[in-house]
Amino acid sequence: MNHVDGNAMAGPLSEIFAVDLSKASGTCASCGLVGPVAGLRVYGPDPGLVARCPGCDEVVMRLVRGPETAWLDLRGAVSLRIPLGP
Amino acid sequence: MLSAGPTPRVPLDRWEFAIDTEAERVHRWTWEELMGLPVETPTVDIHCVTTWSKLDTTWQGVSLDVLFEDVETAAEYALVYSYGGYTTNLPLEDLLDGKAWIVHRFDGEELEPRHGGPARLLVPHLYFWKSAKWVRGIRLLNQDHPGFWETAGYHNYGDPWREQRYSDD
Repeated sequence: MNHVDGNAMAGPLSEIFAVDLSKASGTCASCGLVGPVAGLRVYGPDPGLVARCPGCDEVVMRLVRGPETAWLDLRGAVSLRIPLGP
Repeated sequence: MLSAGPTPRVPLDRWEFAIDTEAERVHRWTWEELMGLPVETPTVDIHCVTTWSKLDTTWQGVSLDVLFEDVETAAEYALVYSYGGYTTNLPLEDLLDGKAWIVHRFDGEELEPRHGGPARLLVPHLYFWKSAKWVRGIRLLNQDHPGFWETAGYHNYGDPWREQRYSDD
């Protein structure tokens, strides 16, 4: 099964967040690798988007979009460092 | 075809299937042992949560009734786990009485890795995310433990006839 890069998360996440998260930098909860969201390996889009760490393949983020609800699971990320304007 | 990660490649000489009971008793089968069990050829309709259905699909595999013959359990819940880390949960009764199989052939051909080979679970009366690809075992539990998609917004049971797609359906 082929994956695409983390930019595939950017569109669906822009529905939820006011900032472009593809530029954010995340820390993998499994192996500690730090890297941009755009560098994650994304599988899907159905049943949902699954973004995996390029270092250890563990799940970093999951996003499921229902007709009226989105579910976002970030427990595979220790933190997201989000650049904001001054 | 739906996948939540890279396709696991499991050599048959290292493949195993296990049923772990709530009393921590483990029943294991190698590939060779699985192949020695009686084979059934179910022809069933399958239903994907993304709204497609495929009618009269033909599989070959071992009924879970055969695998559970010597398993003593009072557990009501099952958590199915796969090579690659996928999990899905369902009531144990949905795996028994001719309702579920460990299948290794589809349409007369060996099950390809991208379709869940060497073996996958087949539970056709529930949405197809419950029919775990690359199945590795079943953990029997006294309490329900939601699986991979069930913890991310998908329905805990997934009955296609009641269109139980999302947790709020």
